[in-house]
Amino acid sequence: MKLEAKNVNVHYGADHVLKDINMSIKKNTVTAFIGPSGCGKSTFLRTFNRMNDLIINCKVGGEILIEGVDIYKDNINVNELRKTVGMVFQKPNPFPKSIFENVAYGLRVNGIKNKKIIEDKVEQSLKQAALWDEVKDKLKKSALALSGGQQQRLCIARALAVEPSILLMDEPASALDPISSVKIEELIYSLKSSYTIIIVTHNMQQASRTSDKTAFFYLGELVEYDDTRTLFTNPKKEKTQKYITGRFG
Amino acid sequence: MNLKETIIEKLLLACSLITILTTLGIIGVLAFETLRFFDEVSLGDFFTDTQWTPAFTDKHFGIWPLLSGTLLTTLIAIVVAVPLGLTISIYLSEYATPRFRSSIKPVLEILAAVPTVVYGYFALTFLTPLLQQFIPGLSGQNALSPGLIMGIMILPLVSSLSEDALYAVPKSLKEGALALGSTKFQTAWKVVVPAAFSGISVSIILAISRAIGETMIVAVAAGNQPIFTFDPTIPISTMTTYIVEMTKGDVPHDSLEYKTIFVVGITLFLLTFILNNISFWLKKKFQETYE
Repeated sequence: MKLEAKNVNVHYGADHVLKDINMSIKKNTVTAFIGPSGCGKSTFLRTFNRMNDLIINCKVGGEILIEGVDIYKDNINVNELRKTVGMVFQKPNPFPKSIFENVAYGLRVNGIKNKKIIEDKVEQSLKQAALWDEVKDKLKKSALALSGGQQQRLCIARALAVEPSILLMDEPASALDPISSVKIEELIYSLKSSYTIIIVTHNMQQASRTSDKTAFFYLGELVEYDDTRTLFTNPKKEKTQKYITGRFG
Repeated sequence: MNLKETIIEKLLLACSLITILTTLGIIGVLAFETLRFFDEVSLGDFFTDTQWTPAFTDKHFGIWPLLSGTLLTTLIAIVVAVPLGLTISIYLSEYATPRFRSSIKPVLEILAAVPTVVYGYFALTFLTPLLQQFIPGLSGQNALSPGLIMGIMILPLVSSLSEDALYAVPKSLKEGALALGSTKFQTAWKVVVPAAFSGISVSIILAISRAIGETMIVAVAAGNQPIFTFDPTIPISTMTTYIVEMTKGDVPHDSLEYKTIFVVGITLFLLTFILNNISFWLKKKFQETYE
């Protein structure tokens, strides 16, 4: 689905954390948000599924349009929105349930009761998340017994099971070892054909490897937004140049 | 300096030993008198007889009438306290604003600070007459009214401890559930409550333990008639009220009646001891899951 941000401003109390952000994101692409800590990239990511609603004192201004519909309008059902816009968090956060129940959770809260449908969907989601072969024999085991990388892929499977069309990933590999993080990157690449993905990352190589477009944020402003290759090889702004060459941040 | 440290250490050890010795002493006395009781009454009678009449000429020593009284009042209290306490705790931890939460919690805990004798008279002189308007057959003393009041008394135990357990569930789990499109209620009920399950069970068990040992409310409002029944409308006797009645009357020292106090006491002690151990075990398991 197509995403568009128009004059987005976010305030946390008196702090102006996002300033006049305008951006449009095409369907079935991977977009990376980069920038130093506190630049607002995660906050911006969380405007797309309204996770910022959970923060008291957080005010979002402007428009976030998904397929032309402003998701901050009063008549928007936030729960339905979040089924369309899935999210994977920085730290793997599987529920203290079995592997199977973790993936089935989203289906169950959607009111799906048919055992066969749930089983098929769980298997399909775990396969999509490249985890099926590792867990197919221990689906009833606790998800907390999996390794960090497996837990994160489980969380991706859990998000995919609800059939979102947009997937938000907030530094999905930052808490993982190098091998696990390569697996996540490969996964992102393979999901691109059917999902619109936005990934927040601190890791510039990761951004350049996985994404089609990259946005560089600094102090709440969108400094530069371009094709990933252009942004990394020929940035137009000096700040971007300095950041991607590691001179600050 | 070294000598001073040694003295302090020994002093601290002595203090902690006092509590252990007191406990051992109590158990010792209970066990001693209980053994002497079972010299005269068989264990089989104690566990199978359904009459408890130590003061009558036709003496029976079956624990069931007292046990049923205790279980009945406790059950009524739990039926009140658990759903209500759990609802309150879910509301406070998942829905209420931090300000409301921090101001209402101490207010709830006041319920636990009301002297139990006040609760007892409240049950006897207010709740029972009120209930009699709806339940015509209700006796002046009964299990229902003190049971309900006891539920109110242990309510803060359930709500406060459960709320602590719910609040301790990592925020990332709630976010994960909400991000999948579950509603606030689904998140609370399907993710947060199961994740806090052990903590909630501990709070319930402690509340049961408290209700079993509660004395004043039942002594004032439940009557003193050891009958093996689960009818909440008639006067009954709990283990605690029996002990109160016996110790305030003039029971001859060393008589069989006298020894019944101890045998009922040790039954009571064993019940709460087992419950406390279960809660201890649950707590330990809980800490393993969430290091």
